[in-house]
Amino acid sequence: MRALERYRLRLRRKRFLWRAFRRRRDLSTVADRTATLAPDAILLFATLRNERVRLPYFLQYYRRLGVSHFLFVDNGSTDGSGDYLSRQDDVSVWRTEASYRKSRFGQDWLTWLLRNHANGRWALTVDLDEFFVYPFCDTRPLRALTDWMDGLGLRAFPAMVLDMYPRGRIDAHPYREGQDPFEILQWFDSGNYVISQNPTYGNLWIQGGPRARCMFADTPAEAPSLNKVPLVKWRRDYAYVNSTHMLLPRSLNQLYDRDGGEMASGCLLHAKFLSVLGEKVTEELDRRQHFAEGREYQRYARALNDDHDLWCRWSEKYVNWRQLEILGLMSKGCWA
Amino acid sequence: MGVGFIMLCHTALDRAAAVARHWARAGAPVVVHVDRRVPQDQFAAMQAACADVPAIGFSRRYPCEWGTFGLVRATQAAAERMLAYHPEVRHCFLVSGSCLPLRPLRELQTYLASHPDTDFIESVTTSDVGWTVGGLDTERFTLRFPFSWRRNRRLFDAYTRLQRRLGVRRHIPLGLVPHLGSQWWCLTRRTLSAILNDPNRPVYDRYFRRVWIPDESYFQTLARLHSSRIESRPLTLAKFDHEGKPHVFYDDHLQLLRRSDCFVARKIWSGADRLYDAFLNPLPDASRMAEPSPGKIDRLFAKAAERRRLGRPGLYMQSRFPRAGRENGRTAGPYSVFHGFSPLFENFDAWISKSLGLRAHGHLFAPGRVEFAGGDDVFNGALCNSAALRDYNPRAFLTNLLWSTRGERQCFLLGPADNLGCVPFMAGDSNAQISVVTGAWAVPLSRAQGDFSAIRREAARLQRAEGEMLAALDLPHAKASVRVWTLADFVENPMEAIQAIFDEINPRAPHRLTEVPRMVDLSGLSTFLQQLKNQGMLPTLVGDYASIDDMLSAPPERARPYLVR
Repeated sequence: MRALERYRLRLRRKRFLWRAFRRRRDLSTVADRTATLAPDAILLFATLRNERVRLPYFLQYYRRLGVSHFLFVDNGSTDGSGDYLSRQDDVSVWRTEASYRKSRFGQDWLTWLLRNHANGRWALTVDLDEFFVYPFCDTRPLRALTDWMDGLGLRAFPAMVLDMYPRGRIDAHPYREGQDPFEILQWFDSGNYVISQNPTYGNLWIQGGPRARCMFADTPAEAPSLNKVPLVKWRRDYAYVNSTHMLLPRSLNQLYDRDGGEMASGCLLHAKFLSVLGEKVTEELDRRQHFAEGREYQRYARALNDDHDLWCRWSEKYVNWRQLEILGLMSKGCWA
Repeated sequence: MGVGFIMLCHTALDRAAAVARHWARAGAPVVVHVDRRVPQDQFAAMQAACADVPAIGFSRRYPCEWGTFGLVRATQAAAERMLAYHPEVRHCFLVSGSCLPLRPLRELQTYLASHPDTDFIESVTTSDVGWTVGGLDTERFTLRFPFSWRRNRRLFDAYTRLQRRLGVRRHIPLGLVPHLGSQWWCLTRRTLSAILNDPNRPVYDRYFRRVWIPDESYFQTLARLHSSRIESRPLTLAKFDHEGKPHVFYDDHLQLLRRSDCFVARKIWSGADRLYDAFLNPLPDASRMAEPSPGKIDRLFAKAAERRRLGRPGLYMQSRFPRAGRENGRTAGPYSVFHGFSPLFENFDAWISKSLGLRAHGHLFAPGRVEFAGGDDVFNGALCNSAALRDYNPRAFLTNLLWSTRGERQCFLLGPADNLGCVPFMAGDSNAQISVVTGAWAVPLSRAQGDFSAIRREAARLQRAEGEMLAALDLPHAKASVRVWTLADFVENPMEAIQAIFDEINPRAPHRLTEVPRMVDLSGLSTFLQQLKNQGMLPTLVGDYASIDDMLSAPPERARPYLVR
C-alpha cells in the first residue's frame, strides 16, 4: 500500500512536469538574461498580471535580501508591467495571454522555468504581494540562509503566509508606487491559526488569521491555506503541487519536527489588503480565473463593500522578525 | 617570534588568503594546505594572492574528505614544512580557512610566551565525552571505517553493523590510550616534532588510517605520549550544533565575538564582510591580557540547540508539530477547568475572577457560542468568538488560547452540554486541573417547565455525555490533576472542595476563602430525581441524593463549617 501510494505520487509529479512541458509554448520571451547566471545565483520566480504599482518596491525588497535574478511570467498585463520589468537588468520576462486557470494558476509556466533555470540553485517562488521574512533577515542576507541550509543538507525552507492589514477600511489608505506596503498594513493576527496534517503529501495544513476570522467564520473549512514552501534548492524533477503550498517529491514537505523540537521557518508577509485590492477584485471576478471559482474573491468583494475593518483590539502591530519569533509564528531552529 | 599557523582550506580561498596575509604581515609564518579537490585555477589564484608575502608557504596537497585520514596527512605535511622552514616557531597553531583572529597577534604571542611548555589541545578519553554524534565513541577505535560516511552512508552503516555482529575488535597499538578532542589545537615545537619523528609513526599512521574521524583523535592521542604539559582546551572558539555541525558566525555576532576574548574563532561565514573588516583591521587598542571567556557564546548556542531539540512547550506552529507523547508539555501553561459548577452557583465565573484575581471565562465550549471572560468577542491572539471556528479544531482553539495568554492562568467552565472534544487531550495534559461535579445538570432541569419526557431525554443525553467524559478522564495515562465529586457529595461541603482546588492553584494564598459563592436553591431537586427514577432513568451520576435533603434541612452553621474555623 505504501509503495502503491508512493508510485501514485510519482505519477502525479510526472504529470505536473509533463503539463509544464506542454505549456511551454504558451510562453514567449520578452527579455531573457539568464545566459550569464552564476552557478550559485539565487533566483526569484513569480507570475503577475497588472501589478505595475507594486513592482518597484517588490524588486527593491528582494534585491536588498540578495536575490541575484528575477524570472517573471507576465500573464497579459495591460498596465505596462511587462515593459517596466524588461527594462531592469536583473530581470527576465516571459509573456503569455493563455489561461491562468488552465495553467494550474500559473504553476505550469513556473514549473517549466524552474526546470530550465533553477536546477541546482536556490529558488524563491512568491507572489507579488508576498514578502519573505526569515530569522536574522535584518542582518543576514539570503545567501547566509542558503549557505547555512547547504551546510546542514536542508533542501527547503517553510514560510507561513501572514496576512497584514490596516486599521480601518482597506480603501482608506491609498498605496503609492514604491511605498513600503507595511507602512499601511501594520497589523496581523498573532495566535488564531489552526494546523492539521496532510497525510498524502506529509505537509502541515495551516488556516486562520484575519481572513478566517472575518470572512470565513461560518465556513472555516473553506478558509485559505497559509502554509507555503517558497525557498527550495531546486532539482529539475521537483514540482510544486498547489501554488507553493506543497511539493513533490513528498520528502520535501517534511519541514516540521514531530518530536517536540523546532525547525527553522519564516513568514511571508502578505500585502494583499492594500487599496489596490478593490480594482483587482472587480477584475478577477470578471475573469473567473482563480482557485475554487474565485470563492475568496467573492468574500473580498463583500468585505470591501461592507464597511469592513479587519482590525480588532487584539491585533498585533508588526515590529520585526524577532517579534514573530517570540509569538511563535516562525522559528530560528538551531540557527543562532 | 613564537607562533606559526598551519591553515587547512577547502572553500572561500579569498577569505583564507586575507587571513593568512594578516598573520604573515604581523610576523607569524603561515603554511597553507589547500584541499586536493579544489580546482587548480582556484589554488593558483590563492598562491598569486599571497605571492608578495614570503612568510606564507604552501604544503603538498592531499584530498581532505571529512572524517578521513586525508586531513591528518595534510596536517602532518604542513607541520613538517613549518618545522623545517621556520626554526624560530615555538608554537604551531592549527586553524582552518574559515577561522578569524579575534585578537591581535601580539596578544597571542605574549600569551603563548607566558606558557612556553604548554600544549593547548582538547584531549579527553572516550568514556568522558558525551558529545560524539552518531553513537560511535569507543567503536571509532576498535572498528574499521573504509567507507565514506558522506558519500556511502549505507555501506558505512552496513559495514559497521557487520563488524559488530562478527565481534571484530581492532588491536590498538601498544602504548596508545585513545583520546578525542577538537580538531583545532596549538602544540609546542617539542611535542609536534616528537609526534612527527616518532619511530613508531608508521605503525600509528597505519592504525589511524582506518579510525573514524582521525583528525579528532590522532594528535589528541599522540600528544598524550609526548607532551609534558597538556592544557585540555582548544584556543580556537568553535561550537557545534546537535548534529555535530559547526555553528557559523555572522556580522551580528560582532560584539559577542569581541567580548569573548578568544584568540581565534571558527567558523566564519564567508560573506561576513563586517566581521572580516573589523578583525583584520583592528583598532589600535591597548593590549589586554584577558583569558578567553567564551561563556556568552556558549550560552547562545546552547540555547539554540535546546530550542531545536525541545522547542517551546505548548507551541504548535509550522515547524513544530509534535506527535502525541512527544510534546514536551501539551500546553503552554497551567489552567483550571470547572465542570458542573455553573448550575450550582450564581455567576460562578465572576466569583472565580474575584477570588483568584484573574479573568475567568464562562463556557468556552458552549454550543453555538464562545463565552470569553467579560463577554469579549475577540480574545488574546485575535481568537474569535465564532463557535464554528472553534468547533473546526477545538484542540487548536485551546492550545492557541493558552499560548497567547502565557503567564496568566486560564480558568473556564465546562458542562455536559458543551463541546467535549478536548477532554481526552486535557486528560493527558499535566497543565490541566480538572474539577468535576457530576450530575449537576440535574439542577437546572429540576426547574425546567414543559414536557417531562423531553426533559427526561435531555437528562439522559447529558448523563451519557458526562459518563463518556469521566471515562476519558479515568484513562490510565491521564496526567491532569482530576477531582471528581458527585453532586450529593459536593453540596454536603462545597467550600471545602473549592478550598482544595484553590489551594492547588495558589499554594501560598495568604488566607482562606472568606467570600462564598451563592449557591442556587436546591429544593425540589430530590423530588425531580425521584421522578426521573420513576420514569425509568437512573440518575447514577448525582450520587445519594437523599442526603441533599438532609443537608438542606440542617441548621446553616453545620452547612458552613469552614466559616467557624
